[in-house]
Amino acid sequence: MKYEIIVVGGGHAGCEAALAGARKNHKTLLITGNIKNIADMPCNPSIGGPAKGIVVREIDALGGEMGRNADKGAIQIKMLNTKKGPAVQALRAQADKITYPQEMLKTLQATENLEIKEAMVEKLLVENNKVVGVELANGETINADAVILTTGTYLRSAILVGDNKTPGGPHGEKESKHLSTHLKELGFTILRLKTGTPQRIDKNSIDYSKTSLEPGDPEIRTFSFDNKAYYEIEDQVPCHLIYTTEETHNIIREHLNESSMYGGYVEGIGPRYCPSIEDKIVRFGEKERHQLFLEPESRYYDDIYIQGFSTSMPHYVQDQMVRSLPGLENAKILKYAYAIEYDAIDSRQLKQSLETKLIENLYTAGQINGTSGYEEAAGQGLIAGINAALKLEGKAPLILKRNESYIGVLIDDLVTKGVKDPYRLLTSRAEYRLLLRNDNADIRLRDYGYQVGLVDEERYQKFTNKKQQIKEFTELLQTTRITPKKETNEYLESIETTPLKDGISLYEFLKRPEVTLEHIAHFVEIPEDKEVKEQVEINTKYEGYIKKSLKEAEKMLALEEKQIPSTIDYSKVPNLASEARQKLAEIMPTTIGQASRISGVNPADISILMVYLRRNGAHE
Amino acid sequence: MNDTIVAISTTMGVGAISIIRLSGKDAISIVNQCFKGKNLEEVPTHTINYGHIYDGEELIDEVLVSVMKGPRSFTAEDVVEVNSHGGIITTNRILETMLNHGARLAEPGEFTKRAFLNGRIDLVKSEAVMDLIESKSDEARKMALSQLGGTTSTLITNFRNTLKQLLSSIEVNIDYPEYYDIEVMTVEKIKEQVSIMKKELQELVKSSENTATIKNGIKTVILGKPNVGKSSILNKLLEKDKAIVTDIAGTTRDIVEGEIYLDGVLLNIIDTAGIRETDDVVERIGVEKSLSMINDADLIIVVLNSNEELSDEDKEILEKTKDKTRIIVLNKNDLDKKLVIPTDLKNVVETNTNDIDGITSLKKKIKELFNLEQIATKDYTYLANSRQISLAKQAYKNLLDAEQAIKDDQPVDMIEIDLKECFDTLGEIIGATYSEEIIDNLFENFCVGK
Repeated sequence: MKYEIIVVGGGHAGCEAALAGARKNHKTLLITGNIKNIADMPCNPSIGGPAKGIVVREIDALGGEMGRNADKGAIQIKMLNTKKGPAVQALRAQADKITYPQEMLKTLQATENLEIKEAMVEKLLVENNKVVGVELANGETINADAVILTTGTYLRSAILVGDNKTPGGPHGEKESKHLSTHLKELGFTILRLKTGTPQRIDKNSIDYSKTSLEPGDPEIRTFSFDNKAYYEIEDQVPCHLIYTTEETHNIIREHLNESSMYGGYVEGIGPRYCPSIEDKIVRFGEKERHQLFLEPESRYYDDIYIQGFSTSMPHYVQDQMVRSLPGLENAKILKYAYAIEYDAIDSRQLKQSLETKLIENLYTAGQINGTSGYEEAAGQGLIAGINAALKLEGKAPLILKRNESYIGVLIDDLVTKGVKDPYRLLTSRAEYRLLLRNDNADIRLRDYGYQVGLVDEERYQKFTNKKQQIKEFTELLQTTRITPKKETNEYLESIETTPLKDGISLYEFLKRPEVTLEHIAHFVEIPEDKEVKEQVEINTKYEGYIKKSLKEAEKMLALEEKQIPSTIDYSKVPNLASEARQKLAEIMPTTIGQASRISGVNPADISILMVYLRRNGAHE
Repeated sequence: MNDTIVAISTTMGVGAISIIRLSGKDAISIVNQCFKGKNLEEVPTHTINYGHIYDGEELIDEVLVSVMKGPRSFTAEDVVEVNSHGGIITTNRILETMLNHGARLAEPGEFTKRAFLNGRIDLVKSEAVMDLIESKSDEARKMALSQLGGTTSTLITNFRNTLKQLLSSIEVNIDYPEYYDIEVMTVEKIKEQVSIMKKELQELVKSSENTATIKNGIKTVILGKPNVGKSSILNKLLEKDKAIVTDIAGTTRDIVEGEIYLDGVLLNIIDTAGIRETDDVVERIGVEKSLSMINDADLIIVVLNSNEELSDEDKEILEKTKDKTRIIVLNKNDLDKKLVIPTDLKNVVETNTNDIDGITSLKKKIKELFNLEQIATKDYTYLANSRQISLAKQAYKNLLDAEQAIKDDQPVDMIEIDLKECFDTLGEIIGATYSEEIIDNLFENFCVGK
C-alpha cells in the first residue's frame, strides 16, 4: 500500500489536512481510531468566538471546510462585539454535535483521492530522517511520502475524575499508547498538558424560569463566503445564562482536595484562559459569583452543556455542585465533568510550514502542537495539509504572516514562543488586528487559496468580481464631489450632519461618524452587494487607523526581512545573555523579527545579534 | 567586542588622582603584566589592590588597582581601574603601557556602548552616561547622575503600567464579550486616565526641553544697533575683554562667542554685529548673520541706548524679537535719558558700563526667566536627549489622538490602537519592547474561561 499523504487522526485538524491534500490531487489516507468520531466536538458545542471565529473565516477564504461545515451545523449564530469596532467582531455558532460531524464525514467520503481507515498508528516509518510511512498497532505498515500527525488529545491520554485516573481518550475511546514514546525516541520533546470539560445535563430537568435567555441574532449570518445558511432565524435554539451561588463556592472549597487538580493527581499543565471552576474559586476568591452558560448540544438529543463549570471533582461532589445552581436544583446529570491529560510535542521543534525540524515530510497540527480549540486545530490542519502537498509538488510552503491572518499569528507564536499551557488564540495576540478582520478574510487570503488550488474557479470569479466592485465604488466616492448648494445643505441638515462650507468628495463625507452609505445613496447609486458596501464603508471610515496599523506592520516586516543564516553558530556570537543564546540556538529563528519575539531574548540581545550579523556581512 | 579597551576616565590635568580604565576579556591580564603587587589574576573580584605600575624595569607610579570581574561590572565584562597620582605625564605613561600590552584605545563612549550591548544598562541609562561624560556644567552633571539612577526609566515605566492596565482591560472585554461580571472599560474611564497621563507627559516634555537647554547651554544673543554697548555688556558678563570695544560704530563684525556659568548653568553668549542699514559688504554679512541668529536663540538680550531716542532700527529689532524670550537692557543710563520705550515692554533692566548692579540685575533676570533657582533644587526627572524628547512628544500625540477618537465616538478598540502606539513609543524611550506583557497581565488580573 502506498499513499502520497497519510493523516493520523480524524479531528478538526485531521479533516482539514486530509481534505487539503486530497483536493490538491494527492492520494490521501485518513487514519482514525473510530470513524464515528470524525470531526467530533468532545467539548463546547460551539464554533467560533473572538479571534477563533475569524480563523474560521480565514479557513473558508483559503478553501478549507470548517466554515461551510459550521454553517451546515449551526443551530444558533451570533455576531460578537457588535458594540465595538469591525476589527474585533467575530461570529460564534452553536453547532449541532450530530449534524456537524455527520456533514464533515459526508464531505470527506465524497472527496476524490481520499480514503478513510479505522486503525491506531503506533509508529512512524523513518528513513534517513525522512518519514516514509506509518506502522499500525497490528503491525501492518502503510507507506507514504508525507505524514501529518493530528492526534488531538489521544497521545497517552488519561481521564481524571477525583483521585481516579483511567487511561483513555474522550468517549471511552482507546488512547494511543506508544506513539508519543516513539516520538520521544525520534528526538521530540514531549509536554504533558491538561484540559477539562463540564457536565451535561438533561434539558428536561432544568427550571428555565431561574435563568435568563441568550438568543441568537435576529438576522441570518454565515461563516462561509458562500453565504449559504441552513437555518431559519426563528428556529434558532437559545442558550441560557445562570450564575454560581455562595453554596456552590462553599461546596467546592470544602472538597477542594478531592479534585484531581488540587489533590495532586494531575501531571499536565492546564490552560490559563480556560480554568476549571475550582481554579476560578481559588484564584479569584473575592468574586461572589461566576457566570455559566447553558448550551444545547444538539437538536436531536437532550444534553445541555454547562459552559464555565469544568471540573475534576469526584461524581458525588459534582452532584452537589450542580444542584447548588439556580434552576438546576433537580438537574439530571447525563455526563459527568472530567479532566483529561495528554502528551504534546514542543511546537518550537516545528518550522513555520508546520513540518518538523527533525524529520523531513513529517507535519503536525492541532492539540499535538499544544493548542486548544477546534478552530486553532482546523487552521493548522489546513496549513499542514497544504504545505505537505506543496512539498510533494516541489513548491515553496505557504507561510502566512502575522499581519495577514490569525492563522499566521497562531503558527508564528507556536514555532517561536512555544507553549507552556494549552494555547488559545485571542484577539490580543494579534498586533495588527484592525487588518485581520472578520469581514476582510477573503480580501486577505482568497488569492492564496486560489494559488494553492483549493479555491475553485467559480468562487474565485465571485471574489474578483467583488474586489472589482469595491475598487469601482471607492473610486466613484473619491471622484464625486458635493458642494454647498442649498438643496445639498438642506439634506445634510435633515440627516443631522454639519452643512458644507466647501465642496468635498463623497469619500471624505462618508468619513463623518454619523454618515452612512444610506446617506451616500442620496447622491450616487450604491452597490447592492452587502459585502461590497461593508468593505467600502469600513475602509473609508477607519482609513486613518488602518494606515496606522499598516505602518506598524511595515516596521515588523522590515525586521522579518532581516534574515538570519541557518548556519549561524550562536556560541560564536559574543556577549549574548546566556538565556538568549540558549533560546536562539534551540529555536533557530529565520529572521530578526522572529528572534525578537522569542521570550527571554531582550532588545539588547537583538542589538548584539544585529551588530554581529552586520559585521559578518550577513544581510547586507 | 572581543578586544580589550582602555581610556583615561578622569579629566586630564586636573584633580589629585586620575583613573585609567580597561574593559574586556584581557583587562586583568594586561594590567597584571605591568603590575607589581598581588597577582591580579588570582585576587577576588571587587577588590582594591595596592602595588606599582612598571613599564619594563622602569617604575611609573604607585597605584591602587580595582578589579571587577564580569558580569558584575559596569560593562558586564572584566573591568580594571588603575588609580594613579594624576598628572598628565604619569597618566599618559600608564595608558601607553597598557596599549603596548595589547589594549586598544577606546572610542568616545565605548564603555557605555559595551554596557548597553551587554544588556547591563538600558537605553536611557546609557544615554545618561554619555551625558555625564559630555556634561559641561555642574548642573548638567547632576542631572546626568540622577538619570543614571533611572528616575526617567521609572517614570516611563509607570506610564506604561497605567497604559498596560487600560489595554488589558479593553482586551479582556474584546476577548470575553459575554462575561457580564467583568468591568467594562468605558470611554469615560479611558478619557480620565488619558487626560491624567497627558498632563504628566506634557510636564515631562516641558521640563525636558528646559533641561535640554541647560545641558547644552542657554544660547544667548545680544542684539542692538551699532555702538550701543553690546560688547561692553558681553565683556561685563564674561568679565574679560573678548570682544573688541571701541567708540567707532561697526567694530564688531564677527559674531563672538563666550561662555559664562550662572549658578552652575552654562550661558553661550553670542555678540552680534550691530544691525543697521549699511553698504559695507563685510558688515552687511554680519548684519544678516545677526538676524538669522535670532531664530536659533534661547534668549535675546536687546540693548538700547538710554541717551538716544528710539530709532527705526531699534523698532525693527524689537519687532523681530517680540516672540522670543527676551531681556531689554537700557544701557548708558548714566547719561541723559532721552529714550522713550513703549510701556508694555517686559523684562527691562537698566545699566551702564561702570555699573556692577546693572549687570547683577541682568543676571538675576536671566535666572528668573529660566527658572534656574528652581532647577537647582528640584529632582531631575527629564528626558536626556532629543531622541527621547521627540518620542515623548509622539507619545503625547498618541494620547491626543485617543482623545480625539473618544470625541468622534470611535469604538473602544480603535481608541486602543492609539493607546497601544503610545505604549510602544514610550517603550522605545527606555529600550523595552512590547512582548506578551499585556496578555500575561490579562491572565493575572481577570477571571475568564470555559
